Amino acid sequence: MQLQWMKYLFNWLVKQKEANNMKQFYQFIVKEFYHIFRDRKTLFILLGMPMVQIIIFGFALTNEVKNARFAIVNQSSDEISTKLIQQIDASRYFELYAETKDPQSIEALFKKGSVKIALVIPPDFETSLANQNKGSLQIIADASDPNVATTLTNYLSVIVQNFREDLYPNQAIPYTIKVDTRMMYNPQLKGAYNFVPGVMAMVLLLVCTMMTALTVVREKELGNMEILLVSPINPIKIILAKAVPYLLLSIINITTILLLSYYVLEVPINGSLILLYAESILFILVSLGLGLLISAATDSQQSAMFISLIVMFLPTVMFSGFIFPIENMPLPLQVVSNIIPAKWFFIIVKSVMIKGGGILLVWKETLVLIIMMTLFFGLAIKKFKIRLA
Amino acid sequence: MEKLSSKPAGVIIEGVSKSYTVNKEKLVAVNNISFEVPAGTLFGLIGPDGAGKTTLFRMLTTLLLPDSGNIWVDGLNAVADYKALRKKIGYMPGKFSLYTDLTIQENIHFFASLFETSFDKNYDLIKEIYEQIAPFKDRRAGQLSGGMKQKLALCCALIHRPSILFLDEPTTGVDAVSRKEFWEILQRLKTDGITILVSTPYMDEASLCDRVALIQNGKIMQIDTPQHIVDHFDKPLYAVKSPKMLPLLKMLENDAAVLDIYPFGEVHHMVLKSKDSKVNLPEDATMQVIKPNIEDLFIYLMRNHE
Amino acid sequence: MNKTAIIVENLSKQFGHFKAVDQISFEVAQGEIFGFLGANGAGKTTAMKMLCGLSMPTSGKANVARFDVYTENESIKKSIGYMSQKFSLYEDLTVKENIKFYAGIYGISPKQIIQKTELLLRQLSLEKEANVLVGQLPLGWKQKLAFSVAIFHDPQIVFLDEPTGGVDPITRREFWNLIYEAAEKGITVFVTTHYMDEAEYCNRVSIMVDGKIEALDTPSNLKSNFNAASMDEVFIQLARKAKRSE
Repeated sequence: MQLQWMKYLFNWLVKQKEANNMKQFYQFIVKEFYHIFRDRKTLFILLGMPMVQIIIFGFALTNEVKNARFAIVNQSSDEISTKLIQQIDASRYFELYAETKDPQSIEALFKKGSVKIALVIPPDFETSLANQNKGSLQIIADASDPNVATTLTNYLSVIVQNFREDLYPNQAIPYTIKVDTRMMYNPQLKGAYNFVPGVMAMVLLLVCTMMTALTVVREKELGNMEILLVSPINPIKIILAKAVPYLLLSIINITTILLLSYYVLEVPINGSLILLYAESILFILVSLGLGLLISAATDSQQSAMFISLIVMFLPTVMFSGFIFPIENMPLPLQVVSNIIPAKWFFIIVKSVMIKGGGILLVWKETLVLIIMMTLFFGLAIKKFKIRLA
Repeated sequence: MEKLSSKPAGVIIEGVSKSYTVNKEKLVAVNNISFEVPAGTLFGLIGPDGAGKTTLFRMLTTLLLPDSGNIWVDGLNAVADYKALRKKIGYMPGKFSLYTDLTIQENIHFFASLFETSFDKNYDLIKEIYEQIAPFKDRRAGQLSGGMKQKLALCCALIHRPSILFLDEPTTGVDAVSRKEFWEILQRLKTDGITILVSTPYMDEASLCDRVALIQNGKIMQIDTPQHIVDHFDKPLYAVKSPKMLPLLKMLENDAAVLDIYPFGEVHHMVLKSKDSKVNLPEDATMQVIKPNIEDLFIYLMRNHE
Repeated sequence: MNKTAIIVENLSKQFGHFKAVDQISFEVAQGEIFGFLGANGAGKTTAMKMLCGLSMPTSGKANVARFDVYTENESIKKSIGYMSQKFSLYEDLTVKENIKFYAGIYGISPKQIIQKTELLLRQLSLEKEANVLVGQLPLGWKQKLAFSVAIFHDPQIVFLDEPTGGVDPITRREFWNLIYEAAEKGITVFVTTHYMDEAEYCNRVSIMVDGKIEALDTPSNLKSNFNAASMDEVFIQLARKAKRSE
């Protein structure tokens, strides 16, 4: 289906060339499409990759935790605490592993790795709740894996909060439990809300940055660049013609990702679809500019690939905030994260797609991306050599 | 609009040098070269790999800037007027530089549009070459044999009707028959008024050029017509032959009268120190005076330079 | 009777309907310099790959160094050396490191490697360049070194695929001197070339046209049989007949 779609576009381009006096430019794009269509394996990977990634991240690699074993230190042993324990155990996130009265004994459980989290219910829990409308619980988590610990703590807090709401449905509960802000927009704590924007950023970066860098460098490696340079074609045209096919491919990829995440992962699109596409195209342009910049600075496909992966891909995964929360990073790394385009795109997509925000909410991030795009394209064109060496 | 210029058509090279830095060592690729190629002639640049042929060609085709010296191609300065010049020259680099995943036809059409012209417009120029590969026009360039690839590359280099054609080692790795055909094509293109500069490591191809330059280690050793160039060989040259060629070679290498001896096809070529030198030939060996060819001269010049 | 190094009988290789190599037969004697000529696309490379144990024949028989190409290709690889213009030595390793590496591949003992390396460097007068990166050597030196490395493990047969392309005329002749020396030591040399004067240096020459061997004889017999003045003429007479252009 997608192939069909691309062929229409392609035919449209061919037709345009007849009407347009920019025949040179169109022919160049047509040639780029030939390259892409004829390398079936790569085309398949480019179009299939977003689906595979969505499925991998959406289901397999999610940081949702299911049936985590927990321990209870129940010093109260009253009706309410029993109910609370039952409710936690009944949830799909937790499974009761041990119940004890002795707070000391849980350390052994943590050390053995039998449990990741423990809930301490103090002796006067029920009376304190009944009399002072105030009960305190302690959550102890194994923070050797901070991501899991944070997630579990969040889950447990939510369950406790729900439990209290059920207990006193008409009362406002202003205290004791801290709720992570992320959960405001993600009440079910679904990992997909984080991963969909993340995967979008990653796929676009791979397709645009790496593939464009490779396609330009390939011309150099095969020696074709020599002929292109000797011809009267303007270098800017070479650069733009290289970028156009990947822009189109990427729009297809965005569509695939959005369709999959909407229908399969059930992630809502709360904001404007047009704004989402516009922002995505902006990010594509940033990535394309980056790819062209890399290609101007490298001479072999190997080093172009290496730079794309090491310089762009890893920082994107690390610093865009979709796997590791930026707020938790040390300050210098937080500063570094600002130069990663994916970070801004990630914020934009989350705001538009999940929070339902408009351009007013994301104009700053958009502006950052526009500046980056201008910079990358400007540098790429400036650095593009009109001669060899 | 063409720039008016006092320089005539053809190629003029004045004191051109180019060096690279490899691993912090300076490597002189082209060392103060000067020569002229009159318009409408077929000029051969003959020398082994690493002699500086490709570097010189890249400077002539505006791909590299010379460190010093001046280059005019078809009346235009190769540095200052590079944009205008790029419209007028055709270039076939040493490496096979077509798109292997495009067909013959797609390659030609692409290069035509690159030069803002069309296949039909200049078909008459490439007709003869194109007809030889036309039966395979829908085959991808990557699947063509060496000789056909080379003809396709030539079509692509000619499609915009250049006034000067630069061919960098077009016959390297190509078999003797295809090479011969290729040179026949070049002779015909010359009659169309195109100036052709061609480089080759095959010495025997020199005789097919109007003028040749012998290049070695970045320097021009000799430049003249193929007929005149061998006149620079001023020592007596003989062909020697015997049933046992290898022992003959070993023996004559140590002969005091022999300046140089080397195998040359079925015979050995022997250079004597002077006409009066006496050589001790084994009984079964024969020797006769021969005329030197370009390869003899090249070897002679190389030995002198050492 | 001379020992035979290579025996080929009706050897064929077919790709779909395309007969790349079409029933070729010949024998090469131990210590012979055998020129394997043919136009581009005549099937030389395919035939050579089969003899080196890199590609399975479709039909026919072939014995290389008395090993069968179908079943004993690993043994063949141990008894042959190979060198081509395209692939020879690692440019980013020094002369010594290259020798050590290739010798190591063939399982030569470190002691022997050291001894033979010295000898080789002396023969090529490369003693001073022992620790120079191969990439910095002139092309002709590289090719000579590559040949010496290819016969370092004293193979029975050495296959040379256009070893002298682009090399200057003096170095080309020095290269052939190395070939003669190797042949005198009893190494069989199987060589392809586009230089027709080099065909004259071979003991016998075969010319392939369209997958078949059209001529096989000594250079002088070929010239008299085809009534030609040079090998160049013989080759052109035969190769002009080619129908297919791959």
